[in-house]
Amino acid sequence: MADETRRPDRKAYWRATIRLTISLLVIWFAVSYGAGILLRGFLDQFMLGGAPLGFWFAQQGAIYVFVLLIFIYCLAMRRIAKKYGVEG
Amino acid sequence: MDQTFWTYFFVAATFGLYIGIAIWARAGSTNDFYVAGHGVHPTVNGMATAADWMSAASFLSMAGLIAFLGYGGSVYLMGWTGGYVLLALLLAPFLREFGKFTVPDFVGDRYYSTTARVIAVICALFVSFTYIAGQMKGVGVAFAGFLGVPFELGIVIGMVIVFFYAVLGGMKGITYTQVAQYCVMIFAYTVPAIFMSLIITGNPIPQLGFIGEAQGEGISMLEKLNTVVTDLGFIEYTQTNKSMADVFCITAALMFGTAGLPHVIIRFFTVKSADAARISAGWALVFIAILYTTAPAVGAFARINFVDTVNESTYISDEENYAERAAEIEADGGKPVPAWYKDWEATGLLEFEDRNNDGVMQYRGPNAPDGVENEVSPDNDIFVLANPQIADLPGWVIGLVVAGGLAAALSTAAGLLMVISSAVSHDLCRRTLFKGMTDKDELRVARLAAASAVVAAGLLGVFSNNLGFVAQVVAFAFGLAAASLFPVIFLGIFWKRMNKEGAIAAMSTGLITTFGYIYWFKFVDPDPSNWLFGVSPEGIGFVFMWLALIVGVVTALVTKAPPDEIQELVEDIRVPGTRAAHDGGDTEMAPAE
Repeated sequence: MADETRRPDRKAYWRATIRLTISLLVIWFAVSYGAGILLRGFLDQFMLGGAPLGFWFAQQGAIYVFVLLIFIYCLAMRRIAKKYGVEG
Repeated sequence: MDQTFWTYFFVAATFGLYIGIAIWARAGSTNDFYVAGHGVHPTVNGMATAADWMSAASFLSMAGLIAFLGYGGSVYLMGWTGGYVLLALLLAPFLREFGKFTVPDFVGDRYYSTTARVIAVICALFVSFTYIAGQMKGVGVAFAGFLGVPFELGIVIGMVIVFFYAVLGGMKGITYTQVAQYCVMIFAYTVPAIFMSLIITGNPIPQLGFIGEAQGEGISMLEKLNTVVTDLGFIEYTQTNKSMADVFCITAALMFGTAGLPHVIIRFFTVKSADAARISAGWALVFIAILYTTAPAVGAFARINFVDTVNESTYISDEENYAERAAEIEADGGKPVPAWYKDWEATGLLEFEDRNNDGVMQYRGPNAPDGVENEVSPDNDIFVLANPQIADLPGWVIGLVVAGGLAAALSTAAGLLMVISSAVSHDLCRRTLFKGMTDKDELRVARLAAASAVVAAGLLGVFSNNLGFVAQVVAFAFGLAAASLFPVIFLGIFWKRMNKEGAIAAMSTGLITTFGYIYWFKFVDPDPSNWLFGVSPEGIGFVFMWLALIVGVVTALVTKAPPDEIQELVEDIRVPGTRAAHDGGDTEMAPAE
């Protein structure tokens, strides 16, 4: 932050954070409530190996995506912090 | 006896390990005691969080619940993992940036109000005590079931162990013991699962076996399971008889409840920055997912196994010699009741009533096509406990599972104790009642509070066994966390305009409505047809969370905006690094970077 040439743009940083958070939460909702619950009946006509797809999302797939989402969030937040000069 | 020897061996060895870690990691200051000096590595914290989070219920009961509920069990799988996404994205990094010790600390400072702090203390204590009673009960059951120790004595032994490392080591001791407990727990869970998967599907990885083929049958494992259970009169394994709305609400209540549970949140105060808190949440979910993606496989395998080995087998009573009688039955071309069934019958987790007096055990669902009445009632917990024997694993694996179950219960109990002790010593005593306390005094009070909480939790555990209501009150913990704590923390970060009046209104609304609804439908009128919108007490926290949010926002809008310095505080915690620059908070309690 001592770097005078790159004053942190806190407003832009926060806007970018909110955008990222919302898009990740959309995926979060889609894989669990969407694929695992609301659209399960439709997805169950497809099979993943020996499991109906909707059922698989509810018991396996959603959890794998959750893990990915958090790590994507970490990496994207680091990029956003760099871009807007936040965090020395 | 071989198996008893191994059980004693593993339980004694792991307990010794926990005590050793506690002595090594003694806490010297309140900073050490509450947040392990803010210096825990993110991956280590992730592992500790996983152990903290996965309780006796996750370890022992969940796979069994899924085995019985089939698709309906998904609410636990998605609910208890999806909450970490909310935690990582919406709460953990900001609360870490805030840099204090406890959840009521955040509520009290953000809402510049002692009343709000005290209400948050009440919510935190309520949630934690209901949860901890279940853990202590789990410890008692494990001791009673496996080691023949009386239930109450089992709880006392558990209390002494937790007392030792929680009171001595505080968060620092707890963190490193939880890492050890995670390793014990995950090893004990996956080893039997791998063997079961090999036996049933031929694939050593349970997650792949789950979607694979049933060994030598040419159809998928789940297809076989669907046929097996529908033939017995149950609904298909991949279906549920819960309504979609109820599945939705229960999943959501568990997710938002997870994100609002104080003992999970405080784990993210132990790392050194907001960035570390995010990574740490990711690691926590990785470690949790290892168990949570194995559990549905264990559940499905266990259900197949149970039907295969128990249904239509000839019962052998305790008066008969098992080996002789089993050989006789086999010689006649029959199927004797499996040996593991006889081993577990004494625990009361399995019951057989020969309704048609044919000496054969018929296991049936409510709509059996052949019209035969069900005669066998297994308890949910039996599946994980008996798996090693069902899969014919050696005695030491069973000892390991017992140690794993105890690790799961003790690690969660310790995390909850920290919440109780810090809520009392820090928020109630130092920040509310006796503001002039020194750090040393506070540490002494914190230890005393932790010690009394251990005793109270033990008594609750003993007491709840007589009432048998622990399974029901767990719904309280999640519902209350979702409806009372989540909305105020969330709004406190994402809405600057949220003020003291709104926070008090939101917390009280969430607390009172959820408590009232669950109490009413669990203890007074258990008739599901009277449920609000058809939502069960387990899922109602989600509905009342929205009510609390709306009440909070409306109240805040009609009252005065929060003071400027509070609005600045909110801006500061949103952007890492600015809070320290603005000299935020008490310097003496600022994060030790």
